[in-house]
Amino acid sequence: MFKIVRREEMAEGTVILNEIEAPLIAKKAKPGQFIILKANEEGERIPLTMAETNPEKGTVTIIYMVVGKSTALFRDMKVGDVFQDVIGPLGKATHIEKVGKVICVGGGTGVAVLHPITRALKEIGNDVTCIIGARNKSLLILEEQMKAASNDLRICTDDGSYGHHGFVTEVMKEVLQQGDVKLVVGIGPVPMMKAVSNITKEFNVPTMVSLNPIMVDGTGMCGGCRVSVGGETKFACVDGPEFDGHLVDYDELIMRLRAYQEEEKKCHSDYCTIRDAK
Amino acid sequence: MAEKAVNKEKKGRIPMPEQDPKVRARNFLEVPTGYTPKMAQEEASRCLQCKKPACVQGCPVGVDIPGFIDLLSQGDLTGAIRNLWSKNALPAVCGRVCPQESQCEGQCILGKKGEAVAIGNLERFCADYERENGTGELPPKAAPTGKKVAVVGSGPSGLTVAGDLIVKGHDVTIFEAFHKPGGVLVYGIPEFRLPKAIVAQEVNFLERLGVKVVCNAVVGKTVSLDELFEEGFDAIYIGVGAGLPRFMNIPGENLVGILSANEYLTRANLMKAYKYPEVDTPIPLGKNVTVLGAGNVAMDAARTAMRLGAESVKIVYRRSREEMPARGAEIHHAEEEGIELFLLTNPTKYIGNDNGRLIGMECLKMELGEPDASGRRRPVAIKGSEFEIETDLCIVAVGSGANPLLTAETPKIQLNKWGNIHADEKNGKTTMKGVWAGGDIVTGAATVILAMGAGRQAADSMHEYLTLGW
Ligand SMILES: Cc1cc2nc3c(=O)[nH]c(=O)nc-3n(C[C@H](O)[C@H](O)[C@H](O)COP(=O)(O)OP(=O)(O)OC[C@H]3O[C@@H](n4cnc5c(N)ncnc54)[C@H](O)[C@@H]3O)c2cc1C
Ligand SMILES: Cc1cc2nc3c(=O)[nH]c(=O)nc-3n(C[C@H](O)[C@H](O)[C@H](O)COP(=O)(O)OP(=O)(O)OC[C@H]3O[C@@H](n4cnc5c(N)ncnc54)[C@H](O)[C@@H]3O)c2cc1C
Ligand code: SF4
Ligand code: SF4
Ligand code: FES
Ligand SMILES: [Mg+2]
Repeated sequence: MFKIVRREEMAEGTVILNEIEAPLIAKKAKPGQFIILKANEEGERIPLTMAETNPEKGTVTIIYMVVGKSTALFRDMKVGDVFQDVIGPLGKATHIEKVGKVICVGGGTGVAVLHPITRALKEIGNDVTCIIGARNKSLLILEEQMKAASNDLRICTDDGSYGHHGFVTEVMKEVLQQGDVKLVVGIGPVPMMKAVSNITKEFNVPTMVSLNPIMVDGTGMCGGCRVSVGGETKFACVDGPEFDGHLVDYDELIMRLRAYQEEEKKCHSDYCTIRDAK
Repeated sequence: MAEKAVNKEKKGRIPMPEQDPKVRARNFLEVPTGYTPKMAQEEASRCLQCKKPACVQGCPVGVDIPGFIDLLSQGDLTGAIRNLWSKNALPAVCGRVCPQESQCEGQCILGKKGEAVAIGNLERFCADYERENGTGELPPKAAPTGKKVAVVGSGPSGLTVAGDLIVKGHDVTIFEAFHKPGGVLVYGIPEFRLPKAIVAQEVNFLERLGVKVVCNAVVGKTVSLDELFEEGFDAIYIGVGAGLPRFMNIPGENLVGILSANEYLTRANLMKAYKYPEVDTPIPLGKNVTVLGAGNVAMDAARTAMRLGAESVKIVYRRSREEMPARGAEIHHAEEEGIELFLLTNPTKYIGNDNGRLIGMECLKMELGEPDASGRRRPVAIKGSEFEIETDLCIVAVGSGANPLLTAETPKIQLNKWGNIHADEKNGKTTMKGVWAGGDIVTGAATVILAMGAGRQAADSMHEYLTLGW
C-alpha cells in the first residue's frame, strides 16, 4: 500500500529521505503537519513530519535521523518496499501569515521540518532569513533547498568546517540586533529550541517552535504526548505540534523524552546485532 | 410445573473453569476457559423457561434468553446461535464482557433466592461453539440497493451498523483511525479477558459479507464527512467512542511514569508491548504500581501491570467498595490475583525524583458523607490524614470524555456541553443531514452492549432513510 518510490541518503547516511505513496494524505497535508508510520506487524508507531508533499503524484516525503531501532528499520527498507501503515495528516498546520521580517532557525533534521514552513512564509510575502546548522559540513542537509526557500541563508557548523563557526543562536542574535524581526520559527533538538526561545524572549520577538514528544496514536486519545505550555497541559499531537516557544516547559519535555531510554538502547543494539549477523 | 421449578432452584450454578490465580496473574491467556458441552447443558437445564422472563427486561437489546437457552438444551446449537444473532451481533464478546449482574442475570428470577442462570457463560458457549465447530455459513443478503454507507469507527457500535446494513443490501465501508479494527475491543480490553482472535474473526465475518474496512483513516483529518458525501456515500454513521483520557489535574502529573489507562492499555494490547522486545513498542514496567479509579478500565490496567511482573499493584479509589463501577467478576478476579484495594483514598500530589520520574504519591483518607446528585454518598476528605504511597508507575483510569478531533472539523453536528454528539434517542439521527451517531460518543463511556444497541437502532433508521428518505 504505502510504497517507497524514492530513497536518498544524506549527512553521511545518518539521515534518510523516503518518498512514499500515500495519495489521500498527500492531497490534504499542509506545512507543519506530520504522519505516523509503522513498518510491519511488530513495528511501533513513529511520528515524522512531512518535509514535502506531491498531491499530483500522490506522494509524501519524510526525512529522518537514524537514532534507534525503528528508524534503523526504516533505513534498511529499499525502494519498492512498503510501510504497513501510514496515518495522517496529523497535527495542526502552521499558521502562515504575512508579518514582514522573519527568521527561520533549524538544527539537525529540524531543517527538514522547517523547509516547507520557510517556503510557505516566503511565498506569502515575508522577508525570510534562514539560519541552519549542523555539527560539521558533511552532516548539513537541504542547503540548496533552504537557499531557494528563503531570501537569505546563513550556515553554521559547530566545528567551523563550513559557514559560521559556532551555534545558530549566535547568528540569530546578530540578525535580531539589526531590529524589525516580527517572528522567529525555531525547529531542532529541544536544547536548541530552548536556547532560541530564551534569546528571542529578551528581544520580545514572538517565537514558534515545533515539539516532538513521544507519541502513540497521534489523535489525542492517549495523552502520552502531553507537554506543559504556559502552565497548562497540552496534547502536542492535536493542540500542536507547534507552540509559543516562550511558554514551553523544555526541561519537562527533555525528561519525558527520556522515558524509555534504557529499553530503547537495548532494543536498538539487539536489532543491529541480529541484522549484522545476517 | 411448580414442583419442577423448586427442584431446579436447588441446583447451584455451574461454575466456569478458570486458570489458577497464581499462574494466570503472570500470563496473558484467557482467565475463564469456557464450559464443556456437558456443563453448558447442565447450566441450561437450570433455566425455568419463564413465561414472562424478567431476564430479557434486563438485557439492553432484548436477547431472547429463554429461547436460545431452550434451543441449547435441545442440542440445537445452530438454532441457538441464530437466535442470539437476531438480537446481538457479537455474542462471543457480550458473553464475556457484559455487566451481567446488573443486566440480564441481575433480573433472573432464580437470582431472587439462589443463583441466577449463568446467561453470559451460556451465550459465550454458543458463540464459541459456533466459531470452532460451526459451518461458518453466511446469513442471506438482500439484493444490492445501490446505496453507499460509511461507518466511522470500528468499535462494537460501528461493527453492528456495518453488519446490519450489509445484509440489507447496502454497500458498507468502515473507516478506522487505528491500524487495526475493533475499537476498545482491541486496544482497551486485554487479551486475558477477550482474546483478540475472537474480535478479528468477527471483523473477518463482516468482510466475508462484503463490508470494506479501511484502516489508518482518521476521519476529520484524512478525509472529512463532506468529502465522504462528495465521494458518493449516501449516509454516514459516527461511532468514534469516548477516546479522550481524563487526568486528575493534581501537581506532578507530567512526571515520567504517569500514564493514562488509554496509553498503557493501547501499548499493551494494540501494540502488543507485553511481548517487548519481540515487538518494537516499549511499556513501562512498574515495581510498585498504582491505578487510579475503580471501573473496568482500572481493573484491566491493574491486572495487566501484575502480568507484566509488578511486585505490588494497588487500586486507589476515593469511594468505597459498593460504589466501585467495575463488573463484579473483574473485582473478584483482580483480588484473587493479588491486587490490593486502597478504598476511600484520594491522591492529592505526585512525588518525583531529580530525573523527573515518579517515586511516590501523596493521598488523603476519605469518609462517606451526604449523598450527592448521583445518589451515592459523597466522599469527604479527613483533615490531616495525608500519607504517602511508594509508586514508580501510576495509571490514571478516572474516565474518558469525547475526543473533539472529528466534531471540531464538523460544525454542522451539534454537541452537548460535554462535547458528546447530540443524537435522537430513538433513532440516532444527528443535526447533520444523512449523519447518525451512537455508542460512547453519544452517551459518554458506557458499555459494549449499549453501544451495539445504539448501532442497531441507527441501522434501522438509516435503512429507512436509504429506502424512503430523511
Ligand atoms: C510530531 C513529530 C515529528 C517528528 N518529525 C521528525 C522528523 O521529521 N525527522 C526526524 O528525524 N525525527 C522526527 N521526530 C522524532 C522521531 O519520531 C523519533 O526520532 C523516532 O520516533 C525515534 O524512534 P526510534 O525507534 O528509531 O528510536 P528510539 O531509540 O526508540 O528512540 C530515540 C528517542 O526518540 C524519541 N522517541 C522514541 N519513540 C518515539 C515516539 N513514538 N514518538 C516520538 N519520539 C519518540 C525518544 O526521545 C527516544 O529517546 C518527530 C517526532 C514528533 C513527535
Ligand atoms: C479498558 C476498557 C475496558 C472495558 N470493559 C468493558 C466491559 O467489561 N464491559 C463492557 O460492557 N464495556 C466495557 N468497556 C466499555 C466499552 O468498551 C465501550 O463502551 C464500547 O467499546 C464503546 O463502543 P463504541 O463503538 O462506541 O466505541 P469504541 O469501542 O471506543 O470504538 C471507537 C473506534 O472509533 C475509532 N475512531 C475514533 N475517532 C475516529 C476518527 N476520527 N476516524 C476514524 N475512526 C475513529 C477509534 O479508534 C475506535 O476504534 C471497557 C472500556 C475500556 C476502555
Ligand atoms: S447481551 Fe449482555 S445483557 Fe444481553 S443477554 Fe447477553 S450477556 Fe446478558
Ligand atoms: S429469568 Fe432466569 S429462569 Fe427465567 S427465563 Fe430468564 S434465565 Fe431462565
Ligand atoms: S499521541 Fe496520543 S494523545 Fe497525542
Ligand atoms: Mg523506538
